[in-house]
Amino acid sequence: MKKSVKTNNILPGFNLSLGYTLLYLSLIVLIPLSAAFIKTTELSLHEFWAVVSAPRVVASYKLTFGASLIGALINAVFGLITAWVLVRYTFPGKKIIDALVDLPFALPTAVAGIALTAVYASNGWIGSFLESYGIKVAFTPLGIIVALTFIGLPFVVRTVQPVLQDLEAETEEAAASLGANRWQTFVKIILPAIWPALLTGFALAFARAIGEYGSVIFIAGNVPMVSEITPLIIITKLEQYEYASATAIAVVMLVISFLLLFAINGLQWWVSRRATISR
Amino acid sequence: MSISPSITTAIPSSQYSNYQAKVARSRATSEPFLIRWLLIATVLGFLSLFLIVPLAAVFTEALRKGFAVYLAAITEPDALSSIKLTFIAALIAVPLNLVFGIAAAWAIAKFDFRGKSILITLIDLPFAVSPVIAGLIYVLIFGLQGWFGSTLLDNDIKVIFAIPGIVLASVFVTFPFVARELIPLMQAQGKDEEEAGLVLGATGWQILWRITLPNVKWGLLYGVILTNARAMGEFGAVSVVSGHIRGLTNTLPLHVEILYNEYNYAAAFAVASLLALLALLTLVLKSFVEWKAARDARLNELA
Repeated sequence: MKKSVKTNNILPGFNLSLGYTLLYLSLIVLIPLSAAFIKTTELSLHEFWAVVSAPRVVASYKLTFGASLIGALINAVFGLITAWVLVRYTFPGKKIIDALVDLPFALPTAVAGIALTAVYASNGWIGSFLESYGIKVAFTPLGIIVALTFIGLPFVVRTVQPVLQDLEAETEEAAASLGANRWQTFVKIILPAIWPALLTGFALAFARAIGEYGSVIFIAGNVPMVSEITPLIIITKLEQYEYASATAIAVVMLVISFLLLFAINGLQWWVSRRATISR
Repeated sequence: MSISPSITTAIPSSQYSNYQAKVARSRATSEPFLIRWLLIATVLGFLSLFLIVPLAAVFTEALRKGFAVYLAAITEPDALSSIKLTFIAALIAVPLNLVFGIAAAWAIAKFDFRGKSILITLIDLPFAVSPVIAGLIYVLIFGLQGWFGSTLLDNDIKVIFAIPGIVLASVFVTFPFVARELIPLMQAQGKDEEEAGLVLGATGWQILWRITLPNVKWGLLYGVILTNARAMGEFGAVSVVSGHIRGLTNTLPLHVEILYNEYNYAAAFAVASLLALLALLTLVLKSFVEWKAARDARLNELA
């Protein structure tokens, strides 16, 4: 047999399509992104460190990552329950609820920002209720968590849902016939199967939340050291024409985002490999 | 696979609908009535707090001062010019990323080459970049202090604080949507049909138009719907490059921000309600495309 299994050369258009892909990718994404790294070289290492480790900036990292982490955790728990309910149960209006889960993908972030602020402000529908228990949400770090939870809401649901759908009924039936109760079956049979998808959804929600700007700035209050997120610091520096220091902070965020992206891709590769092996 | 919702995961295979019914009926593989309704109530509560109540708030706040105020807010000249600019940005960004998505998917799905997985990761990059940074990098290149700043100034071309910058930022943030939708779909379909077309004497373009694109039409449409929604709604990236010049470089989301910061809440929510309607329309179209794609998939299975 000839080794023409790869059949690379039969279909036309390889050079054209790959060439165009690489050109467009370079012009729109790679070269502009490299500008950020090149711009930072205007700063000496000492200056760079001084900018990215200033107390106000460090406070913003803590806030951005902390709030993103809590938002992603909330989504992991409630996203899992949502996916479970959407796959396993039937109830009136389920189709609408299912479609509505994608709202954070479709609703512009600025609209989400002012809507959440209106609802969670001390005179808002939910905010006034919480206020009577002494809980302030809008214009505090708590408000940032609310916005980031909104932004990340679809990720866990949409990664866990298809995996839950594909689970074999037989394994659960076997567990039940061997005397496991539902909770044991969930923890020992179902959870291990959906764990990688859950982790992927969590990581996606976390990565999305870190860079988020539009929905947060309206509800955050934006007080330096207290409720000022890192993307806002970049904007503030830009408005003061401090391009080099804005870019320095941007580079720190870019590196962290890239690491997260590679981790997510690695995770998905691991999941798909696990899936092929188990088949 | 991707960070965007994907139609490939949205298609339920017919074999599972059977299984779902089985699981729901069997007592051994379902939960007691009370727990079921407790979980459903939890989900409805969670989604109400974060999705439904805020969405309802947009429309109530928009109509709080009456329909006349609402109508005035969305028909004043600045609002109309921001609507126009939003459409222009989307009209340029969507076709550009559509062509890119088809080219990238063709190269990645139909051919083997080294560095393919790196290329796929690179296409995903814009998802991982904060919108604010997406705006910043174009300022570094085309801004007054940027790489081409003085050249552009000499030739009297404005990119930053002008429409080209807004278009560029919109293209960047929506860059991967179509490609990420098409790549897994075209990979799953293989290349047998294309090769058959080639053997029968079709040219490359004929294969693309008559075989490949009709096969992936729902995925394509799905990608376009997502690209369009994001391009029209983008805030952070556009905000950095726009300069917020009223009536000139304001898109709809930026116009919402300006009105809101002027404490003109009724008008801000009125304009925001247009964007919320657009989001709801997006969800309806998305569900329709998913339903069509699932139906086609079932018909193919039967055939």
